[in-house]
Amino acid sequence: MTMPPVPSRHALGRRLRSELFASPLDGVISVALIVGLAAAALGLGHWATTQARWAVIQANSTLFAVGRYPEPQQWRLWLLTTLLAAAAGLSWGLLRGLPRPDRPAQRWPRNDRLALLLLITLALLVPVSLKLSVVIQLRWWLITALLLILRWAAGRWAQRIPGHWQRWLPLLWPLLYLVGMVLISGGLGLIQVPSSDWGGLLLTLLEASFAILLCFPLGILLALGRRSTLPLLRWGSVLYIEFIRGAPLITLLFLGQNILGFLLPGGLAPERVWRAAWVLTLFAAAYVAEAVRSGLAAVPRGQMEAARSLGLPLPLALLHVVLPQALRVALPATVGQFITLLQDTTLLSLIGLSDLLFVAGTVMANPAYLGRNAEVYLTLAVLFWCCCAALGLGSRALERRLDPNPLPSS
Amino acid sequence: MATRPMPAAATPIPWWRHRQILPWLVQAAVGLIVLVLVAFLVSNLVRNLTAAGLLLSFGWLDNPAGFPIAETALPYDPAMPYWRALAAGLVNTLRVVLAGLVGSSLLGLVAGSAAFSSNGLLRRLARGYVELIRNIPLLLQLVFWYFVVFLALPNGSAAIQLPGLVLAKSGLYLGAAQLVNGVWQAPISLSVEFGALLTGLVVYTGAFIAEVVRGGIASVPRGQWEAARSLGLSQPQTLVQIVLPQALRVIVPGLNSQFISLAKNSSLAVACGYPDFYSVASTTGNQTGRDVEVVVILLGAYLVIDLLISALMNGVNRLVQLKER
Repeated sequence: MTMPPVPSRHALGRRLRSELFASPLDGVISVALIVGLAAAALGLGHWATTQARWAVIQANSTLFAVGRYPEPQQWRLWLLTTLLAAAAGLSWGLLRGLPRPDRPAQRWPRNDRLALLLLITLALLVPVSLKLSVVIQLRWWLITALLLILRWAAGRWAQRIPGHWQRWLPLLWPLLYLVGMVLISGGLGLIQVPSSDWGGLLLTLLEASFAILLCFPLGILLALGRRSTLPLLRWGSVLYIEFIRGAPLITLLFLGQNILGFLLPGGLAPERVWRAAWVLTLFAAAYVAEAVRSGLAAVPRGQMEAARSLGLPLPLALLHVVLPQALRVALPATVGQFITLLQDTTLLSLIGLSDLLFVAGTVMANPAYLGRNAEVYLTLAVLFWCCCAALGLGSRALERRLDPNPLPSS
Repeated sequence: MATRPMPAAATPIPWWRHRQILPWLVQAAVGLIVLVLVAFLVSNLVRNLTAAGLLLSFGWLDNPAGFPIAETALPYDPAMPYWRALAAGLVNTLRVVLAGLVGSSLLGLVAGSAAFSSNGLLRRLARGYVELIRNIPLLLQLVFWYFVVFLALPNGSAAIQLPGLVLAKSGLYLGAAQLVNGVWQAPISLSVEFGALLTGLVVYTGAFIAEVVRGGIASVPRGQWEAARSLGLSQPQTLVQIVLPQALRVIVPGLNSQFISLAKNSSLAVACGYPDFYSVASTTGNQTGRDVEVVVILLGAYLVIDLLISALMNGVNRLVQLKER
């Protein structure tokens, strides 16, 4: 650009004109849309501030969060949240503090400052607007503070950590997952909490994370099987993938709840929560397999041939040469499937597991909150929207990060 | 570089690593594992079903169903046999799927084309619609449409009256509707359950189809737009007469999977009280205890619906593809 853009009222006017009023038809559409949108926004605002009774959310926030998880044992969930926040802060800080071959260490890039602002705003606003008790508000503030302090400290002193430590740090997450399982379900000296007592957001996140973690490796195996030259593996994978993709999830959940007991010898069938988790996993694996297959198809044949001719055995060639390239291509579609999986957990309410939507149903059956459907459903919609949109944003950021030939940032 | 001592004599490759034997060994191993697993599951199934006295049979389909179905296109009453109840549910599913296919295609076409409008507000609105709908679970949207929108409609004379359409809590009335003794009557009347399910499915699938349409339009070279505009066609004319016909070749294959997922998603009808195939089948399963047979029927029926949609879309695809010599 030779001419610097002149920020003036004329520029703004010209832009508005070309965007909204380029032709008479455009003008009519714009005016109609502006009037319609403004009316809708005003109506929603009026309803939300005067008619809606948000007490249904405020009074039941614990129920929405953890369902009927026994109160004396809830400290375990607080501990888990604290551990998760600490691990998140540590990982975030290390990610920024350690220089990479292709990127200098940048401690507070612009996106991070935005995320920081968002986190602080959320921590200040959400507990207050939910009218949580002062003690619980304080806990949330402390957890947020812990996250941010660890983020800062890890970013500041990341390079002092010896190299062999850095290599083992990602193992923190699987370890934390196992610790979390013990904390939630009990055992190892903790009182058992039966899985029928788990509920709300806790159950939704547990089922989604379990299925996401397990369906990914299963999906990769199925995709490799489908592209294999061995006919038995290929046709077996095709049969499985097409069978699962042809059936609605709800019928498979029905199958898992009602027929699994017949398929296994008496007493071996897992509890209902875990049956549903396995059905979700096996269901999502077929879709992830298709996403990974498209990635595998994008890797030129010569890559495999070159790896094999260098003497790499087939499994190593797949692991070190083909899969890294294929998974990078398959990343957006795979994360898309994870988002769908998170949304599909709502179907658990139809088979009687107390996920978020089921808890919503029980809350609205309470005579005190009869007819408060709109408030509850809108809150759930906002919650799901934020989770899914965050996953989508993360996927796009990872995609850019893994791109071998990034465009120069504008 | 230090030279590594060569092995004195190349050890012979063991027979099982021979390149012609190894693949067969791998397949045999996998086949054996799958076979043992299937045999284990089936033997358990047979043993447990025999113990429960529920061994696979379809004779119970002729027994009277005994439960009512709120609305059916196929004539039905509770004295009719189970197979008739299932057939009525299947027809209900087909009804909502067919209406949903038409509605979501239209909505998707409009929203997808709007992404290329010269109007900036319309473009952003189309984008916002897709981003909003795709990130909210369908089941949540269905219960929202049913409980918050359709069940909140006013009744009787206060009903929302549009030209050719009346929206009331008691139902949706198409055509010339009249209020007779406080009850609406019209040539075509639909239940609010059907209306909520159809609206939810159309709005949800429409967002996905809009993305397919957007991808299709984006695949048409820019020169086509510029050539049509320079010949004096307006933006909407260019879109409809020049770009969309070419984009269809990319759009139609993408529609197939969206249509199939719409058919499968219609099984969530139970959330808004519409008696579709799944809902009738699950009631049947609860009443008879014949869960295995019910699941077999369910999976078979949805598979047939999927195959029908695929066959239909393959036919449409052959129509829109370029005929090359």
